[in-house]
Amino acid sequence: MISFVLTRLLRAIITILAVVTFAFVVLRMSGDPAQVMLGPDVPQDVIDAFRKAWGLDQPVWVQYLAYLKSIFTGDFGVSMRDKASALDLVLERVPATLQLTIPALILKLVIGIPAGIYAALHRQSFADRGVILLAILGFTIPSFVMGLILVLVFSIILGVLPSGGQDTWVHGILPTITMSIGGIGILARFSRSAMIEVMGQPFIRTASAKGLKWRDVVWSHALPNAAVPIVTIVGFMVGSLIAGAVVVESIFSWPGIGRLLIVSVSNRDLAVVQCILLVIAATMVVSNLIVDLLYGWLDPRLRSRAAH
Amino acid sequence: MTPLIQATNLARIYQVRRGLFAQPKPVRAVDGVSLAVMPGETLGIVGESGSGKSTLGRMLLGIDQLQAGEVRFEGRAMPELRTAEWRALRAKMQLVYQDPLAALDRRLTIASQLAEPLEIHRIIPKDQRPARVAELMVAVGLRQDQAGRFPHELSGGQRQRAVIARALASRPKLLVCDEPVSALDVSIQAQVVNMLRQLQEQNGIAMVFISHDLKVVRNIADRVAVMYLGRIVEEASSDVIFRSPRHPYTQALVSSVPVPGKLLEGRVILQGEPPNPANRPAGCAFHPRCSIARDICRSTAPVLRQIENRRTAACHIVADGAVPVAA
Amino acid sequence: MGAAKSNLVELRDLKVAFDGVQVLHGIDLTVGRGEALGLVGESGCGKSVTWLAALGLLPGKAGVSGSVRLEGRELCGSPRSTLESVRGGRIAMIFQDPSSSLNPVLRIGRQITEALALHRGLRGDAARTEALRLMDMVGIPDARSRFDLYAHEFSGGQCQRLMIAMALAGEPDLLIADEPTTALDATIQAQILDLLIQLRAETGMATVFISHDLGAVSQVCERVCVMYAGRIVEQGTVEQLFAAPRHPYTRGLFDAIPRIDGPRQPLVPIPGTVPNPKHLPAGCAFSPRCSRVLQSCHTELPPLVPQGDGRLLACARPVPLALVIHAAKPRTPARIVESALQ
Repeated sequence: MISFVLTRLLRAIITILAVVTFAFVVLRMSGDPAQVMLGPDVPQDVIDAFRKAWGLDQPVWVQYLAYLKSIFTGDFGVSMRDKASALDLVLERVPATLQLTIPALILKLVIGIPAGIYAALHRQSFADRGVILLAILGFTIPSFVMGLILVLVFSIILGVLPSGGQDTWVHGILPTITMSIGGIGILARFSRSAMIEVMGQPFIRTASAKGLKWRDVVWSHALPNAAVPIVTIVGFMVGSLIAGAVVVESIFSWPGIGRLLIVSVSNRDLAVVQCILLVIAATMVVSNLIVDLLYGWLDPRLRSRAAH
Repeated sequence: MTPLIQATNLARIYQVRRGLFAQPKPVRAVDGVSLAVMPGETLGIVGESGSGKSTLGRMLLGIDQLQAGEVRFEGRAMPELRTAEWRALRAKMQLVYQDPLAALDRRLTIASQLAEPLEIHRIIPKDQRPARVAELMVAVGLRQDQAGRFPHELSGGQRQRAVIARALASRPKLLVCDEPVSALDVSIQAQVVNMLRQLQEQNGIAMVFISHDLKVVRNIADRVAVMYLGRIVEEASSDVIFRSPRHPYTQALVSSVPVPGKLLEGRVILQGEPPNPANRPAGCAFHPRCSIARDICRSTAPVLRQIENRRTAACHIVADGAVPVAA
Repeated sequence: MGAAKSNLVELRDLKVAFDGVQVLHGIDLTVGRGEALGLVGESGCGKSVTWLAALGLLPGKAGVSGSVRLEGRELCGSPRSTLESVRGGRIAMIFQDPSSSLNPVLRIGRQITEALALHRGLRGDAARTEALRLMDMVGIPDARSRFDLYAHEFSGGQCQRLMIAMALAGEPDLLIADEPTTALDATIQAQILDLLIQLRAETGMATVFISHDLGAVSQVCERVCVMYAGRIVEQGTVEQLFAAPRHPYTRGLFDAIPRIDGPRQPLVPIPGTVPNPKHLPAGCAFSPRCSRVLQSCHTELPPLVPQGDGRLLACARPVPLALVIHAAKPRTPARIVESALQ
């Protein structure tokens, strides 16, 4: 078990390192922050001074090593724009994002999973076809289209809900719904197919042949088995709690991480962008780790394989 | 006469390592097996799951690597895996295994599947290929109108015929058949077994026939080797070994075959199950299930000895006084 | 059928269709109390479907008609709760692939005690004690320490023993064993057959043994039904059928089995393949493969009728009794003898 956790931990660290490196290289290759920050009509000596101040005149690999060193000492850099600590800037925005993503996640779970399971247990029924259709619509319509449609209907035509801002909880309704619809569709589809597969397994027939009530066959024999694939998807969703809001925050001008990311990228505010990517990578890696541990708990076959 | 294929002291040991920091553990799948097959002869290999019989078959063909020992084909050592020489040799030795649907390409018609080895091994000129394909189909009892069919349009028996036809395309001298009829119904099984026997008699192909079904093996093999936990425990001619099995495991195996109209009474029913190859018992691997085991069986592994003319067995008790077989 | 011994289960004209394709064409079958009945046939003949249909275990899209009576009580078309009370309690069933027939994420002990709670109201320590007794009874060594293990920690043979323990938990009157030894190694097969015979002797429960293996059936059963393409073609005692199979298909099945004793001879296969249920031949479904076929066989379906010796037979031109050679003796292929006589 210890070796299992150690292996996973090592893998997690490597993943984060890869993300950090990738972000670092791509950001340096995609435009000069000095030009973007200072504007087009600045004299060359000002630009040079800016570069020197931020260490941009050094070779990339020297910059990279310096960056790694500071990360390991807990220093995530300073925003070129606000001169504030990048980490503080990012963490400050986290609660706003979670205000949207956590309710959206809950909606996905409580609607998506039961809908999928219901559809699986009533295959070919009217409800099943309805769930499939809505699920496909849900995850094929991009969230910016969905967001605009909702704004059009509820804010402009009906005028019942605000279309942007973060003043009261009512402002959160439309962005939360926009964000959850795709996930509901995905979860419904996944839960449905996981459940259908499990219901076709020989051990379900055994449970029925034993004389168990239908309800008990589903609850105590089928669901624990269907949980493994469903947990995988939920894990992805938890992993994107921070990153999943970029588009929706922009549409509804919600001051979360997503908005900060877009602003920082267009300003080439390197430290802030890198810090956001690091936070996103970390949440994904941590949720993956939790999913892996959950697998072992849910499926004893995986547990014993890992333990030996 | 030199054997067509001769294997000496083959061993295949898997290192099973569970987890990054765990101590690797050796699993002896095949452990010191020697055998020889003459041209045109059929050697049956029987044993239960975990006996290593399938691994042995793959080692003979060079698909599974040897960790120890040597395989000689027509008197020459096997070339390195995946070299041009090895590929050329593989045309002479073919594998047929249990699941024909997995062995066939779902997107190709039966005729193209059969033409494929002809192209790969460049055996005959292009214009003669259709005739050869037709000939192969006749040989395995497929109808000409089935040439354009896809694998899923055929029955299980017909698919296995197609797999065998494809194996025969390169005119092999050796067929290794791993449970070729186990997935088929009894009536179809008999069709395929008869066909294999007929092909073999007509073309003088040697065969290694691996199966857990003793009845089928008895019917097709000239000689039979019984495997238990990676080793051969008894080997003799097919008639002799089934009429008078000597090793206690062979006795139990033969006795466990249900014969129509014969009751279970008086049959040897073994206690327990074959041990896990990762936890091989000390001494004779069979001793925990053996009814005649003595002290020596628990401490010393018996070697394969000649106990009669043309019969070898690895058992301390039946081999008392017999001479060891030179490896 | 003798009226003296009351029948436990009676199937009358049981029919099953999947998506409009009929796979079972009216099965009439009775199982007496304590009796061991064998159902033999090749894949797709309907031997398993018959009993899955009887217990309502087929998927919803299957159309089932006819009558299934347990001690006179109709099960076919009865509400789900009736079937649930019969399953496991009166009629238990075990399956071909024991390892995947046990739930992989639930502990073995729990899967057995679940059945005990359901049918015998046992809970807690009482259930645990009884489950351990059952595990002992079916030959699981060291049951106490393995009570909390999962299915993947047992071998295939042990999983089948656990399935049997679970089936015994409800103290059923009938155990349906659907190819229980097919997936197992030869020596383990013999152990499981032995266990089934022994348990029937101890508990007096009736057994329906479904198998493609005539050898296994003859060891376990007293009476045998041979099925082909969704119909029973011959039915009789084990002695009758094995001494003198009369239906050409039964005869063909015997001839096709390779023998473990006697001289080695080419096998005698049945030509052709099992028909696709979608395109069943007209008349007798076996006629295209039959060596004794008559012109009328292609148009007329022979009914299953009682013969003088008590067996049932559905054939217009059965193998004559005089020509049948005892199956246990070294065999001369019957077809050769026959053609010499004609």
